[in-house]
Amino acid sequence: MTFTWPIILIIILLIISVVFNILGTIGLHRFPDVYTRLHAATKCTTFGTIFVTFTVIAYSVRLYILTEEAKFINMAIHTLIALIALLATNPTGAHALARAAHKMGVKPKKAVRDDLKDADQHKKKTVKKMVIKKDKAQGEVN
Amino acid sequence: MKRGKAFVSTFLFALFSYLLLTIAAGQSMAQEAPWSHIIWSFEELIIGISVSLIVAALADHILCRTENFRMLNPVRWLIMLIYTIPLFIEMVKANFDVAYRVITGKIEPGIVKIDPDLETDLGITILANSITLTPGTLTVDVDDERSEMYIHWIKVGEDPTENIAGRFVRWIRRFAE
Repeated sequence: MTFTWPIILIIILLIISVVFNILGTIGLHRFPDVYTRLHAATKCTTFGTIFVTFTVIAYSVRLYILTEEAKFINMAIHTLIALIALLATNPTGAHALARAAHKMGVKPKKAVRDDLKDADQHKKKTVKKMVIKKDKAQGEVN
Repeated sequence: MKRGKAFVSTFLFALFSYLLLTIAAGQSMAQEAPWSHIIWSFEELIIGISVSLIVAALADHILCRTENFRMLNPVRWLIMLIYTIPLFIEMVKANFDVAYRVITGKIEPGIVKIDPDLETDLGITILANSITLTPGTLTVDVDDERSEMYIHWIKVGEDPTENIAGRFVRWIRRFAE
């Protein structure tokens, strides 16, 4: 196989994607708690997977230029749709995981500050006060 | 009038999705034209339009529930398309930052509160997803009433509202508000 520039471009894109996917996996092992692991496991791998889709698009465009068969354009467009779906669903999934972890009471380790915990405590206190007030009011009525 | 707008937007969206999925899937009528194997044939267009009409008639009140049709303006879609370029640049920069932190292990995580001051649901959704897509920041929770967001930040720094969301908010305000 001769290394023409489209082949070199495809190989570079593949190398970038594999490097970022590997970094995401390493981060999954190195980071201390669920939130920082989510950073490594969803973000780096998203970036790597975006480059995988770029590779597929570049490869199919190259094949289309070589063979002029329309199915390769079809492949590129479908990969583009997969990329849009990935960009829409991946952050939503990460957000759902982080929110569920925080609602379960998982504390961020080594945290320098935690505004959400303070806000939650404030909310709980106000809810408690309201409940007590309600009970008192009902007691007076009774 | 509202029903008509909902019908037309659902129809256009369904037709666009159909045409995107069936591009280059068959031979067109005009064989001698240079793009004849890319574009759609006449029969395909008829089927696409009729299926989209059926979908729009049956499901426009489910798929298009909004009261405000500001997103029908094509300029907003153009700006949204341009917005992907700064978003991608930020992703590249931030990815190298997180890669550095993965290798060295220098992290100072924390959850910070930001107040982006966006009003619409679409703007808040796009901002939350953009923040989560750029590595180093992760949207944990959104306050529905006051449009405040709680962001898990891998290296807590000064002025979170400007440093995390400032550049995105300026773009999103142009097309989503």
